[in-house]
Amino acid sequence: MRAPKDLWSTLLASLISLGDTARFLLRLILGTPRALLRFGLVADQIYNAGALSLVIIMLSGLFVGMVLGLQGFQLLQRFGSEEALGTAAAIGLVKELGPVVTALLFAGRAGTALASEIGLMRATDQLSAMEMMAVDPIQRIVVPRFLGGVIAMPLLAAIFSTIGIYGAQLIGVQIMHVDAGSFWSQMRASVAFRDISEGIVKSLIFGVACSLIAVFEGYNAKPTAEGVGRATTRTVVTSAVMTLFLDYLITAMFL
Amino acid sequence: MNQNPNIVEIRALNYSVGGRAVFEDLSMNIPRGRVTAVMGPSGTGKTTLLRLITRQVWPDSGSVQVEGIEIQSLPRTELYALRRRMGMLFQNGALLTDLDVFENVAFPLREHTKLPERLIRQLVLTKLQAVGLRGAIDLMPAQLSGGMSRRVALARAIVMDPEILIYDEPFVGLDPISMGVILRLIRRLNDTLGLTSIVVSHDVQEISTVADLVFLLSGGQVVAQGTPQQLHSYPSEVVRQFMGGLADGPVPFHYPAPEYFGELLGRDGET
Repeated sequence: MRAPKDLWSTLLASLISLGDTARFLLRLILGTPRALLRFGLVADQIYNAGALSLVIIMLSGLFVGMVLGLQGFQLLQRFGSEEALGTAAAIGLVKELGPVVTALLFAGRAGTALASEIGLMRATDQLSAMEMMAVDPIQRIVVPRFLGGVIAMPLLAAIFSTIGIYGAQLIGVQIMHVDAGSFWSQMRASVAFRDISEGIVKSLIFGVACSLIAVFEGYNAKPTAEGVGRATTRTVVTSAVMTLFLDYLITAMFL
Repeated sequence: MNQNPNIVEIRALNYSVGGRAVFEDLSMNIPRGRVTAVMGPSGTGKTTLLRLITRQVWPDSGSVQVEGIEIQSLPRTELYALRRRMGMLFQNGALLTDLDVFENVAFPLREHTKLPERLIRQLVLTKLQAVGLRGAIDLMPAQLSGGMSRRVALARAIVMDPEILIYDEPFVGLDPISMGVILRLIRRLNDTLGLTSIVVSHDVQEISTVADLVFLLSGGQVVAQGTPQQLHSYPSEVVRQFMGGLADGPVPFHYPAPEYFGELLGRDGET
């Protein structure tokens, strides 16, 4: 008997939080022009979210590319078309794996850092102190971090895909002896601008989603140790699910 | 506006959290240019009162006027303009942990002014000198002791030359020496900078030495007001219990609970 009521209240709660998130996003967008005028603050955050994630992104990109090289070679060999490995790896990376895996890694590395940093600032009264100094914490703290994430994400995804293609080449050409000339020329011939723009659009949208979730969760965290912990957990879980969900939507739209 | 002898006026204020009334029909006047202490047992909403005065929270009804301005209805930009005339010292200092001492004190100046770097440096140095921490200029907040970070926060609170300085429990967790330092600072800043100080605290002895006027809050209302001397000889049970630090009295030692023996013996709800 209680199940429909619980379901209803859960649904209602998630609708409300969706609305809150949308309003939060609106505030961030309204604050963006002024934040861009003080670009130093944004640049710091591009460094925090982007440059500090570089090692994990590059390592993961290399391994994903190498796995793609192995699996792709195995599969294509059955049809006798190993030379298509370059195309397969590049399209897989640029359109799918690059943006998606980067977003997942970003949520784990940069998203959690953002959420816990902002949450701890709330818990230690730093945000209230700013309010009392007549400084809007959204403008000073949240917007630059959001923008830093949004800008860093496509750059990271591009680096991920580039290193991934190198990894696939490493396995395919160097070890499995696919012909280097056809590997590269087929890739260049068949990867269209549309494929690349799909990847860019995806990583931009993932950047907005993951950064928004991280700063939203951090800003609205309960000001306790447990609250900050929960906010970080929710950041990773929500970001991952949203990334995969949005990935499906965008892929369908680009078809 | 300056003719008004009261810098903060609270009228018929009601405020409740989660259905529990924190303040009921609270009224008080805080005079200009003095050190006013707001005291009371833990949980009587002293800190909440500060948040109401600075509009970090909204009352359910009633009015709060600061410098003759009704703050409930104030738009955000005017509220921020008013807040620039206030300084607030948070319980734990609330220093920005990613900035060093110098940048923390310089923070309001950098956000609100376009002063040249040389002038910012001079202002920060004089304020840090006033709290005795000019030597700590390059330290990070994590390297400061509790008393030191509160003094840095105090320097930050006065760097914009406010008219009202608000202290939220400035003595909690401090050793006697740091406490004495903060006490003397409160008095000295109040008199030399000509500001109005509002101190929330429950340290009876300490506050008695520095306050000109004391409000004692209990049960959501002002139960007594006057100079510290007047309060020590106040003819009221609640006041005597608080000022004397007695465990039992009108403010009960026990949080409301079911009957003791019954609960020990596991008889739910039986008497």
